[in-house]
Amino acid sequence: MIEIESVTKSYGDVRVLDDVSLTIPTGGITSLVGANGAGKSTLLSVAARLVPADGGRVRVDGMDVATAPGPVLARRLGVLRQENAMSVRLTVRELVAFGRFPHSGGRLTAEDHRLVDEAMAWFELGPLADRHLDQLSGGQRQRAYVAMVMCQGTDHVLLDEPLNNLDMRHAVQMMRMLRGMADELGRTVVLVVHDVNVASCYSDRIVAMREGRLVAEGPTAELMTPELLRKVFDVEVEVHELAGRRIGVPWS
Amino acid sequence: MTAVLTAPQRAARRRRTLVVLAVLTLVVVAAFLTVDVTGSWDYALQQRGRRLAAMAVVAVAVAVSTVLFQTVTDNRILTPEIMGFDRLFVLIQTVGVFTLGAATVTTADPRLRFAVEVVVLIGFGALLYRSLFGRTERDVYVLVLLGVVLGSTFTSLTLLVSRLIDPNEFLTLQDLLFASFNSVDRQMLALSAVLVAVVTAGVWRLLPRLDVVALGRDTAVGLGVEHRRVVNRALLAVAVLVAVATALVGPITFLGLLVANLARQLLGTHRHAWVLPGAALLALLALVGGQLVLEQVFGFNSSLSIVVNFVGGIVFISLLIREPRQ
Ligand SMILES: Nc1ncnc2c1ncn2[C@@H]1O[C@H](COP(=O)(O)OP(=O)(O)OP(=O)(O)O)[C@@H](O)[C@H]1O
Ligand SMILES: [Mg+2]
Repeated sequence: MIEIESVTKSYGDVRVLDDVSLTIPTGGITSLVGANGAGKSTLLSVAARLVPADGGRVRVDGMDVATAPGPVLARRLGVLRQENAMSVRLTVRELVAFGRFPHSGGRLTAEDHRLVDEAMAWFELGPLADRHLDQLSGGQRQRAYVAMVMCQGTDHVLLDEPLNNLDMRHAVQMMRMLRGMADELGRTVVLVVHDVNVASCYSDRIVAMREGRLVAEGPTAELMTPELLRKVFDVEVEVHELAGRRIGVPWS
Repeated sequence: MTAVLTAPQRAARRRRTLVVLAVLTLVVVAAFLTVDVTGSWDYALQQRGRRLAAMAVVAVAVAVSTVLFQTVTDNRILTPEIMGFDRLFVLIQTVGVFTLGAATVTTADPRLRFAVEVVVLIGFGALLYRSLFGRTERDVYVLVLLGVVLGSTFTSLTLLVSRLIDPNEFLTLQDLLFASFNSVDRQMLALSAVLVAVVTAGVWRLLPRLDVVALGRDTAVGLGVEHRRVVNRALLAVAVLVAVATALVGPITFLGLLVANLARQLLGTHRHAWVLPGAALLALLALVGGQLVLEQVFGFNSSLSIVVNFVGGIVFISLLIREPRQ
């Protein structure tokens, strides 16, 4: 369970997060939606203790992320940022293996190696394992970063736009994998997505943000309405039922 | 495009590279100790042995401090020396002689003198880090410029203060500042060797975490590394090591830059357990080999730092040009 209590954050005079409170239950997929600059990445960064909040606090399984020991938290919570450029030159295998650091402290066991291979196989990175990241396409690189976070094997996973750069097949594969993690392993997945239909088809809950505030949160079906989508994105959207799923079609 | 090597192939190549470096260094060291000995071998070996020991201490100090500094600041271009650490050290010594008098400074316990100098360097390093490198938005060009400004400010202040110093005392200061491998004090050498050994041993336990810190702050925090703690310890080590190297031979600004980047390139990894020994071997190779060539081939005696800075300066500029602008 992730409990976010009255979190505020400002950059200079600009309030980027304004008294955000939110409880994300254990197990299931929660999609965070909102326009560019709404504060999604900032909220995720605060929750993953990458950015300190000005006020309020975040607890993961009851531990305050601001004070919990880093190594302990890293075995409970994994995070993927929106931008992942690194100044060191790594191969895919080296990168993914870093996901095991919280468990192995840098000395990989046979089990760690197995998990690294498994994560790479999942994301179809096997043939690319020994390539350097700068020799990959954008989507291949994105899969490598996500594989690293998955390799960490945490109960809670925060993913900032994991579908960035992915083609249709790999996007569907990624969402199916997250679904599997939530359903079969009982993991808690929070992700930022821009495609509301992905949020609608794959997530259990949706959290909508606008200008640093929470606009709405709840079960996916309740939130996929033209009214709410207009409120969040300032765009007219028709919502149609298609094969039991709610699909939003923007028009203007 | 280069062929894609598998992980075991890469490891084997890395090991080979390190062995080749070690053998090369051994050859150069042996040559340095034995070439062209006239008169007593005992005396020659003792003299050269001491110079060699000084070079080894400096090589390790420079290599380790540069690699650590570059890791915690997440950059491959700036070094403690480029940011003005070594010239600040010179300034501290000059101010010391000016305010306390040469007699007090030279008769003071070298350990005490050293401790004071290191504390000032730690303060400077912490300030520099917090105000510049700790931020997310930063421009490497601004940092380089700032390093140049800081360095020349320290140098100007040093000049200014040394003008004010009594000419007799100034001679003592010159001895302190323009130390070279040929005139290293035995006591100082022993102290330096112990310090470098202790600091390097302390750093060794940090290596796996430093490998993660090199991925950038956010990734490191995400993987559970207590980033601030590791950075603080590394900066502490950097301050001590720079002080040791500068006290022994004076500023050799670009040596660290040269060997750190060359080691990463040759070994094809950023992992500290490989890069640190590689960089230290390269530094020793450069110092001993350079000294040997200068003495035997050109008959010069103490202009090694000029050569190192010349080559290092070129590398620095080429790295700077290649740096993509963010
Ligand atoms: N380091 C920073 N300094 C100043 N302002 C910042 C900083 N980081 C983010 N902001 C501002 O905070 C606001 C929220 O940013 P955030 O990255 O959380 O948005 P987002 O919802 O993730 O947007 P996107 O969909 O474009 O990724 C934006 O207005 C942004 O300009
Ligand atoms: Mg974002």
